[in-house]
Amino acid sequence: MLMLRSIGIPDKWREFFKRYMGEIYKLGIDSVPLILIVSLFIGALCTLLIKLNISNPLLPRYTVGLTTREIILLEFSSSILCLILSGKIGSNIASEIGTMRVTEQIDALDIMGINSANYLIMPKIAGLITIMPFLVIICMATSLFGGYLICVITNIIDTDTYIYGIQTLFIEWYVWFALIKSLFFAFIISSISSFYGYTVKGGSIEVGKASTDAVVMSNIMILLTDVLLTKLLMM
Amino acid sequence: MIEVKNVEKSFQDGDQMRQILFGINAKFYDGKVNLIIGQSGSGKTVLVKNLVGLFKPDSGEILYDGRDITKLDRKAMKELRKEIGMLFQGSALFDSETVMGNVMFPLKMFSKMSTGEQRERAQFCIDRVNLSGSESKYPSELSGGMQKRCAIARAIALNPKYLFCDEPNSGLDPKTSLVIDDLLYDITHEFGITTIINTHDMNSVMGIGENIVFINKGHVGWIGNKDEIYDVDNDDLNNFVYATDLFADVRKYRLEHGYKPTRLALQK
Repeated sequence: MLMLRSIGIPDKWREFFKRYMGEIYKLGIDSVPLILIVSLFIGALCTLLIKLNISNPLLPRYTVGLTTREIILLEFSSSILCLILSGKIGSNIASEIGTMRVTEQIDALDIMGINSANYLIMPKIAGLITIMPFLVIICMATSLFGGYLICVITNIIDTDTYIYGIQTLFIEWYVWFALIKSLFFAFIISSISSFYGYTVKGGSIEVGKASTDAVVMSNIMILLTDVLLTKLLMM
Repeated sequence: MIEVKNVEKSFQDGDQMRQILFGINAKFYDGKVNLIIGQSGSGKTVLVKNLVGLFKPDSGEILYDGRDITKLDRKAMKELRKEIGMLFQGSALFDSETVMGNVMFPLKMFSKMSTGEQRERAQFCIDRVNLSGSESKYPSELSGGMQKRCAIARAIALNPKYLFCDEPNSGLDPKTSLVIDDLLYDITHEFGITTIINTHDMNSVMGIGENIVFINKGHVGWIGNKDEIYDVDNDDLNNFVYATDLFADVRKYRLEHGYKPTRLALQK
């Protein structure tokens, strides 16, 4: 019911676009520093651990780069990134809308005759779905750069071999696969968090609980959807 | 005028239905300050939420100048809402907007004014509630009384026909409460608004209550005005009104000087 109320024609398009751009900035652009830090370290760690664990004379040295790339494209840049972002963005959305609910700001919108669900939730869903693929691309690039950087710093393999590895047997579909998944995950994070925030009853303790519940439920749904989409898109 | 006819409302309470409002009948007049009073838990907030359409009554009619809101479709209700302003107990100002942003908000959403005209109208409302100079402040930077005045400015921005106020004086000191009461009284008469205030502040009742509806345990206990309230023969109302020493003394004084109510429920 809430989704039906949320997804509809906005009362005022100008106001919708203003909020939509605001949400892109708040939910997406503001998350870039976190994505850069996490991706850089995860990329470096992947490279390091793969090198340490598959040191076998039968395997070519470029396997490190190749495996790092596959892990990042197939799972980290979309699923794991979205699990991390659900913590930041999900709690942000749930607590913002939840606080508006308990301080009667949502009632004020309803009294004015504004479809509060549409006014508050729609720009968040649209904004996050729009920006998420870009965040995934940033994550992919930064992670691969993290792997490169660890090669330079520790010299575990030479950088040419690493770059050769990440170019070898490249399947473009994996990038599209990650981007498609990220759209679903963006919808899951924004809609579930909005639902928990919008339906909160009580005071600050309930807002905190709603925020936690939103993150937990988003994570479960992301993992479930990940399995389903992998089955559907890869097999 | 808003007329309430036989309104009943129940809520699910565990396995049972709990009735809150029992056949409420009342009238709220144009250009007058109408008060809904009663003890906490008496059902007055539920009544106000029914009046503004946040709840739908189980039965009965709520007529806004003849328009029954219980039967209006979504579109008609949306139109009607443009004629309603509401002041919430906690002000319900939008945290992310300044005073000017809050007051301009309904204008941006519903008026066809240019941005300049919206700003002009918002400034008029801000000046009217004596908040000039605070236009660029955020709600968190305002005192409780200033927040209430900002909420009043927002509520009157679209020039509403009906203004609802839920506990407008809650959390305010007596002096600021008087300022808010006077402001609501003046605005009501200046713009001819049907103002309905949900309160249990006896200072407001005695100060601005032109039409008072007393709700007791979900029933209408009494209807009258501030001049009649001292001399009423109604135990429940007297228990409510004279719960504070101040008004008990007023009643005693009136009794000693020739006013003769039929019965006292709580005489000190």
